[in-house]
Amino acid sequence: MISVYYFGAISLILIGLYAVLVKKNLLKMLIGLSIMETGVNLLLVSVGYVAGRSAPILSEGIGPNQAVDPIPQALVLTAIVIGVATTAMALSVAMILHEKYGTLNVEEIRRLRG
Amino acid sequence: MLKRALAIISLLLIGYWIAQGLAGVPFGQDRMLVAQYYLDHVKEQTGAVNAVTAIVVNYRGFDTLGEVTVLFIASTGVGALLWRRKKQRTAKTEGSIVLTTGTRLLVPFVMLFGAYIFIHGHLTPGGGFPGGATIATAFLLLYMAFTAYEIPHKAFEKTEGAVGMAYVLVGLIGLVIGGYFLYDWIWQDWGFGVDNIGRLLSGGFIPIIYTIIGLKVGTELSGIIDNMLKEEVSE
Repeated sequence: MISVYYFGAISLILIGLYAVLVKKNLLKMLIGLSIMETGVNLLLVSVGYVAGRSAPILSEGIGPNQAVDPIPQALVLTAIVIGVATTAMALSVAMILHEKYGTLNVEEIRRLRG
Repeated sequence: MLKRALAIISLLLIGYWIAQGLAGVPFGQDRMLVAQYYLDHVKEQTGAVNAVTAIVVNYRGFDTLGEVTVLFIASTGVGALLWRRKKQRTAKTEGSIVLTTGTRLLVPFVMLFGAYIFIHGHLTPGGGFPGGATIATAFLLLYMAFTAYEIPHKAFEKTEGAVGMAYVLVGLIGLVIGGYFLYDWIWQDWGFGVDNIGRLLSGGFIPIIYTIIGLKVGTELSGIIDNMLKEEVSE
């Protein structure tokens, strides 16, 4: 069974990968990495989705048999936080590179080193 | 141009490969046995209405402690990478009148909303991490609006350390009372809030732990913002 979430997730991953592969600006590459991360998270959440059920909050007439799988959601909660942490680290490395070389272009940074 | 064409070709290959790999995964079908167990027992075992919260804090509480540690290490790492002998804020322009007035009006409410999110973690979507991020947003607003504003560093560092220790302390109290780390003694032994599951005063120690996590995430993200917005100044 192929759902629309599945295509959305794969296209987000591919868009992010394109940015990481082609773009030369470090910030744009980091944005691509974030988009990829969003795609992976969407994919994980959609694995746990069950058609016609509601969120796993068991109140107001929603019993254990009317809720979707809560485990992927809990895992994605973890993944989002780790993603924020890695993005913050990568951004501060980019700041240091910009201070040292005066540019964010990866090719120029490589040329300066050699 | 060649690079771009190569990138597109390899992307199409990777996309085809992922699609093939995922074609066997049953999307939109019924869930697995572990999830069914959690959903069936979440109310009497943890007292929480929100099953995601119960998994994050109760069933996988140790995991969440590791997650908080990762965030702490990242915040420390940003501080270490951007370390300078003498640095201060060098923002040139004050925010526009819309931004400054809006910030003055909204900051208390943004903080209140963050606190609301993490206190109600066992009832509604959200919890400690989104609530803490919301509180950090309030500090980001203050940083954008006013050139000279800085977070109170002493208080923030002390809060960060204290709430980190408080999480471990809650876990150790559970170890003493119930025999394993992060044992939910408030729910399991005292049965606190059995009658009002689904209201605020229930859910065992989930509100306590989520308050701890919310404060920790809020202070750490504010610290990251502070480190990134400061620049070195020459004497």
